[in-house]
Amino acid sequence: MAALFIDVEVDANIAKDADIAAKLVEVCPVNIFAKTNGDLQIVEDNLDECVLCELCLNAAPAGKVKVKKLYGPKQVLVRKD
Amino acid sequence: MRFYEFESKKLFGMKGIPLPSGSRVAKSAAEAKEIAASIGGPVVLKSQVLSGGRMKAGGVLFADTPDEAVAAAEKILALEINGHAPVGVLVEGRAPIDQEYYVGVTWDGFARQPVMIFSDMGGIDIEEVAEKHPEHIAKRNFSTLAPFSEFMAKELVAAVGVSGGELNKLTQITTRLARTFIEHGLTLAEINPLARLADGTFVCLDGHVDMEDEARDGQKALLAKLEIDPQEKRQARPPTKFEQDGVVVDSADHRGVAGNVVEFDGDLGLVIGAGGGSLTLFDAVRKHGGRPANYCEIGGNPSVSKACNLTKLILSKPGVKKIAVMMNVVSNTRVDIVARGVVKGCVELGFDPAEKIAIFRIPGSWEGDGFQILEHYGVEYCDRSVSMFEAAGRAVAKMKDA
Repeated sequence: MAALFIDVEVDANIAKDADIAAKLVEVCPVNIFAKTNGDLQIVEDNLDECVLCELCLNAAPAGKVKVKKLYGPKQVLVRKD
Repeated sequence: MRFYEFESKKLFGMKGIPLPSGSRVAKSAAEAKEIAASIGGPVVLKSQVLSGGRMKAGGVLFADTPDEAVAAAEKILALEINGHAPVGVLVEGRAPIDQEYYVGVTWDGFARQPVMIFSDMGGIDIEEVAEKHPEHIAKRNFSTLAPFSEFMAKELVAAVGVSGGELNKLTQITTRLARTFIEHGLTLAEINPLARLADGTFVCLDGHVDMEDEARDGQKALLAKLEIDPQEKRQARPPTKFEQDGVVVDSADHRGVAGNVVEFDGDLGLVIGAGGGSLTLFDAVRKHGGRPANYCEIGGNPSVSKACNLTKLILSKPGVKKIAVMMNVVSNTRVDIVARGVVKGCVELGFDPAEKIAIFRIPGSWEGDGFQILEHYGVEYCDRSVSMFEAAGRAVAKMKDA
């Protein structure tokens, strides 16, 4: 079943960067990111486990990772600096 | 962990509390005969099961001779009581009784201290005595920090009018019971009835002991003496399939707790927890006339999937019409995570969360996000300005239209 509460978007160019991809996999406490054959994957099953810690936002360049809440007033968490 | 009667008596015997003559457990009819012969007089044979209602079920029989004891033991060993097969038959001497008393020590949650209870009306349910004959019951709290004094036991026993030599004997037994309670991490040590025999001596006719589960590691030496495996889990009945599935839900994910799932036969599923909140909420639901379908304890910030799987388990139970999701104010459990879990559980089963969740009352950390989720799905929720009792009432009220 698709995630009900959280969606995560990663800029396509950033997803190809092996170092950043590895960092995203490493920092996420609920395993939303995975690396398969060198490509960064979003693990759909784990999206709803997102604890909104923002570690992924800080692991990538500003604005390149977005965490979207799919409830309430639609909110997008993104690093701006 | 509950002890069988023979284990309770063995413990009492080790502490100098007098037992009926020759009290020993037999695993076979032949062994029962041998014990009866060694006692050399009338005996009582008692089924060893962790269940009440033994007398009514035919699990307690009397025999005047060893041959009669064989027949009685055969009957008892073949008799299941409330689904429990006996682990043995306790054989002990029978003597004429003059009077029965009650003495027990348990934990008083309100006083946060142990409480000892004494009554000169033993042999019946102590709650019944408390309700119908309060003048025949005395209670006294005591500290676990200071050494237990005999004087406290004496005051207790004297409070119901016992005096003289009888007071001295009962004081000694009560003191030994209280010290046993403290020394061995017990949650209940009870003798009912404690009998005064025709010759003026006292014996423990029946005993109950419950040990705090967490005390087992520190009580390995005692458990070894009683021949109880410290890893053995004693329950009043075997776990149901629903309860076993609850264990699977809890153990499948290390994050947080969704444990102690207990099955009841009601129609309102409960997802409850938080620092004693489960018991309070369960009682509150019943106080409002609700019929819980289960008990459980969630906390420690369970993952979304754990809360989701628990919700699915409860909603899949036949007869469950709605669930109530209620906790005390939480700090280390996130409201939004539990909200996601219970909503997801409903959605994955094809239910409308607004229809299936009677009430969501979990105030605390991340409640802003939690309440946004609930609003998004049209689920009725309340914050800490609504008491747990009131929230339980609202859930029960909704069941009337379900």
